[in-house]
Amino acid sequence: MNARQKFVAFKTIVFREILRFSRIWIQTILPPVITTALYFVIFGTLIGSQIGDMDGVRYMDYIVPGLIMMAVITNSYANVVSSFYGSKFQHNIEEMLVSPMPNYVILLGFISGGVARGMAVGLAVTLVSLLFSNLQIHHLAVIISVVMLTSVLFALAGFINGIYANSFDDISIIPTFVLTPLIYLGGIFYSISMLPEFWQKVSLINPILYMVNAFRYGFLGISDINLLASYAIILGFVAGLFGFSLHLLNKGKGIRS
Amino acid sequence: MTAALSIRQLTKTYANGLQALKGIDLEVAEGDFFALLGPNGAGKSTTIGIITSLVNKTSGQVAIFGHDLDRELTAAKSQLGLVPQEFNFNVFEPVVEIVANQGGYYGIERKLAYERAEQYLKQLGLWEKRHSPARNLSGGMKRRLMIARALVHRPRLLILDEPTAGVDIEIRHSMWEFLKTINRQGTTIILTTHYLEEAENLCRNIAIIDEGRVIENTGMKQLLHQLQMETFVLDLARPLASLPDIPGHVLRRVDDTTLEADISRGTSVNRLFADLTARDIQVLSMRNKTNRLEKLFMYLVDNDRQAGVRP
Ligand SMILES: Nc1ncnc2c1ncn2[C@@H]1O[C@H](COP(=O)(O)OP(=O)(O)OP(=O)(O)O)[C@@H](O)[C@H]1O
Ligand SMILES: [Mg+2]
Repeated sequence: MNARQKFVAFKTIVFREILRFSRIWIQTILPPVITTALYFVIFGTLIGSQIGDMDGVRYMDYIVPGLIMMAVITNSYANVVSSFYGSKFQHNIEEMLVSPMPNYVILLGFISGGVARGMAVGLAVTLVSLLFSNLQIHHLAVIISVVMLTSVLFALAGFINGIYANSFDDISIIPTFVLTPLIYLGGIFYSISMLPEFWQKVSLINPILYMVNAFRYGFLGISDINLLASYAIILGFVAGLFGFSLHLLNKGKGIRS
Repeated sequence: MTAALSIRQLTKTYANGLQALKGIDLEVAEGDFFALLGPNGAGKSTTIGIITSLVNKTSGQVAIFGHDLDRELTAAKSQLGLVPQEFNFNVFEPVVEIVANQGGYYGIERKLAYERAEQYLKQLGLWEKRHSPARNLSGGMKRRLMIARALVHRPRLLILDEPTAGVDIEIRHSMWEFLKTINRQGTTIILTTHYLEEAENLCRNIAIIDEGRVIENTGMKQLLHQLQMETFVLDLARPLASLPDIPGHVLRRVDDTTLEADISRGTSVNRLFADLTARDIQVLSMRNKTNRLEKLFMYLVDNDRQAGVRP
């Protein structure tokens, strides 16, 4: 296969993925928009008005970046894990496995599909947030690069989950028991400076904290942690997970007997 | 000429320890229509899985048009089209997209992929259904969908694993015609089936595998030649009270108006008719009983199994 043909194969997967989640938008795009709108109403407007400022910004404005990030993370992950597991379950992954396209093209295709859904939902949630807050932009390049990289990272994580999954239960265990707690403890709703010193240290183990803070920096210009550290951690995870995913694909883990 | 498919000493042991292939050797010439036969669990699908790189082999070599799977996987894959035994498409996807996307995976531009999808879906009588999600197709339509999908990149070697399972007679015959046509146009075809008349009708060469071994690999004509006896069914004009005793013929009375006659190879049927006419027995029609290949197949598999445990 030449480069042009590989690109056609890649585009085919991406289009197929976009079509897949758009066809079922009531299950894929709408729910996160509704949930986040509820967060805005309850935490931002009702409770937020009692809280006052956080790190010198209105509480409503403080939580918006984190809530966008939460939607992006869960949807990038969910798209890849359910699509990949689904194609294993229905065996249509074989359509790709018999074809001459290299494994890295398959991987990039699924990841881009996850990023597409993450971005679609992220954009929808951002639009909703404009109804509740006046979003300012401190540094656009930071916003875009952090949200894209984070989306890639969790799309990769979802891919690995999909490879190991042997049942539909397996694709909800990690999101429920690992991802959700990490997101909630990742500084979406609070600044870690509010925590006792010990818990601040513990929080720093959570990679999502770095992403949420870097993203918030892009909007508000404030962050609990160093921006460079955030990038380093995100890029490190992306590289590691990409290498691991490709290794699993090459081995045929979960897809070849 | 390089063989379309060449398999040397192929073995497969599954993770659970089951030894599905115990050293398969096969060669399929370019342009051939090849039958891969064998009872359930013989290892046909395992062999096909390895050829199409959906199953990892344990040892041995496979080459497709001279491209070894271990060294030139991409080149080998692009020559291959697979119609698997089990449905393996996304049932929520519309028919035309399933076919066109498969073209995309082979690097075929979208426009061309849709043109090809149209061509094959029309040829296989599925064009009306192009916008239906695949789950709305009947079983026979799903089989044809998988044939269209396997052809979209114009493979030189098409492998069909029981493509006519559950397909009605009329559609089966049109599928035969279709496969014969693409074979005439140059596509090498390997077919597995449990309908032996299908193999006899379509294929020029044949391999029978049983318990992970090739037990017969020869031309269809040569194989059928091994049969010493052919059985004919005769429909009679008038009921017969008893079985006529005609020296030199083995006859059986099936019912009042039906006789079966075993005729050895090389014996003329004319003599039988002459003898019957002499006894005032009029034959309305005559047909070949059951499938000849079926008989041979049973014989070969039984013989192989009786040969006992081999190393
Ligand atoms: N994934 C697997 N894991 C373990 N054993 C398997 C697996 N797939 C097939 N087998 C075993 O390998 C043997 C050969 O199976 P295979 O599917 O190749 O047979 P087949 O000739 O295609 O049979 P059929 O005519 O029923 O389709 C069988 O004993 C089967 O149980
Ligand atoms: Mg089989």
